[in-house]
Amino acid sequence: METMTLSKPIETDANGYLKDPNQWTPELAHEIANSLHITLTDKHFEVLNWLRTKHAEGVALSIRKVGNSGIVDIKQFYQLFPGGPLKNAAKIAGIPKPVSCI
Amino acid sequence: MKDLLILGAGTAGTMMANKLIRHLNKKEWKITIVDKDENHYYQPGFLFVPFGIYQPHEIVKKKSEFIPAGAHFILDEVKNILGEENKVELKSGKVLTYDILIIATGVEPVPEETEGLKGDLWYKDIFDFYSFEGAVKLSEKLRTWEGGKLVIQLNESIIKCPVAPLEFTFLADSFFQERGMRDKVNITYVTPLSGAFTKPKATAMLNGLLEEKQVSVVPDFYVQHVDNERKVLVSYDEREVPFDLLVTVPVNKGDRMIAASELGDDDGLNFVPTDKHTLQSKKFANMFVIGDATNVPASKAGSVAHFEADILLENILHYIKGEPLRAQFDGHSNCFIETGHGKAALIDFNYTTEPLPGKFPIPVVGPMELLKVNRLNHYGKLMFRWVYWHMLLTGIKLPVPTHMSMAGKVTA
Ligand SMILES: Cc1cc2nc3c(=O)[nH]c(=O)nc-3n(C[C@H](O)[C@H](O)[C@H](O)COP(=O)(O)OP(=O)(O)OC[C@H]3O[C@@H](n4cnc5c(N)ncnc54)[C@H](O)[C@@H]3O)c2cc1C
Repeated sequence: METMTLSKPIETDANGYLKDPNQWTPELAHEIANSLHITLTDKHFEVLNWLRTKHAEGVALSIRKVGNSGIVDIKQFYQLFPGGPLKNAAKIAGIPKPVSCI
Repeated sequence: MKDLLILGAGTAGTMMANKLIRHLNKKEWKITIVDKDENHYYQPGFLFVPFGIYQPHEIVKKKSEFIPAGAHFILDEVKNILGEENKVELKSGKVLTYDILIIATGVEPVPEETEGLKGDLWYKDIFDFYSFEGAVKLSEKLRTWEGGKLVIQLNESIIKCPVAPLEFTFLADSFFQERGMRDKVNITYVTPLSGAFTKPKATAMLNGLLEEKQVSVVPDFYVQHVDNERKVLVSYDEREVPFDLLVTVPVNKGDRMIAASELGDDDGLNFVPTDKHTLQSKKFANMFVIGDATNVPASKAGSVAHFEADILLENILHYIKGEPLRAQFDGHSNCFIETGHGKAALIDFNYTTEPLPGKFPIPVVGPMELLKVNRLNHYGKLMFRWVYWHMLLTGIKLPVPTHMSMAGKVTA
């Protein structure tokens, strides 16, 4: 079992994704983001909340879907969460790592 | 008389027509199947055509050959599904009504989705092998190409037969080796995913192969546009990959009539929201979806469509009797992975279990080795073409279980 060494111990998987999305708080998001060298703005939170809602609805997430969300386009999504935007945003949003079908 | 209407006579639609005709009372049910294309392409063969392993004529037959006697085949394009009215409009203006509808219209490569892909270099230095035309054009190109930077690239993370681009890469390596020009070709594999493959055990094996074959992998690369003048791929985060010859897998989309009928998923890829266990549409109880057209989180592959067909047959019979849809699809998928030099590997997995090493029992043929590269698996892959035309499409039960089995697998 892995835990994150944040202000309070939170259980994560081997890649640092929260095991339980309900343990997520905006403060926690800031801490995870800092560890990824990302400073969160309101726009970031709009994306994070959208991801959390979609995940709760059981939607399989993709970069393209975020690009169609009406909140950001794909380019902006990359700017907000550099590197692997979906992987990083999911980690910060406290939801599991999005999987592809192989 | 009641109407069962199937849209699409590809792998899944044809299988369903053949299975249903044996199980539905002919006095009660009329089965109709619609497709816009009179030719049936054996799509797994698209992989072999560029390298001259299959000739184009070997992978095309007339669809009508595989439609069972007693079913009605209509050659026309579906324009719109009116789910509330149980009606389907065709391009010719004809309107069909149904009691049960099966959507089996698959997905298609759409190069127009990526800026600059279908530009000046299309079919000159940029090719796809996901279409018959692309595969044939690419075979002509490869015959005379003198070498340089070969880039194999995926435009989206969800594509049919997700291993096909890797197989293409392996086959390209052996093709150029056999022609004595491997040293003149630099091979790069560019993917929007975090690696060439994403399931841990299979990744370990495939990464070893990529290294051995000296293929460099560029992961997390989501192409924003193709610069035709400079011959480079440009990603959304402004990285670049140069190419001399680009073999691309365009965005795969469901048919546009899915969007026109407001039946598509919210990613704009026109995949139909479908219950991943029962294969019933999420919108209408008398509408079912099978094969590549669904949004279920399984591979888009012929083998998956084949396993789904057994489940769907059962559930349609339940539906007709007013019973709960008891048959449950588990996401079972298996596929051969061509690795070049006359060898292949075999993987078997489902929604919850990743591909594992071990043995895969096929009666008569004998145990095939999972996650191992060998000759028998390669013959299995080539033999599949025969199985496809003669058994699979016509709905003959293949000797593999519908639900994934753990027998013979090594989990540690
Ligand atoms: C290069 C390549 C390699 C592959 N290799 C393998 C492999 O090794 N193993 C494997 O299992 N799978 C493989 N596949 C995948 C496999 O071919 C597909 O998953 C399978 O064909 C899906 O079946 P389907 O019936 O859902 O779609 P399709 O077989 O694509 O059929 C869809 C049909 O619907 C018709 N249609 C679409 N829209 C309309 C409309 N509006 N009106 C009328 N008709 C319409 C089309 O003309 C088509 O005939 C490969 C695919 C490719 C491209």
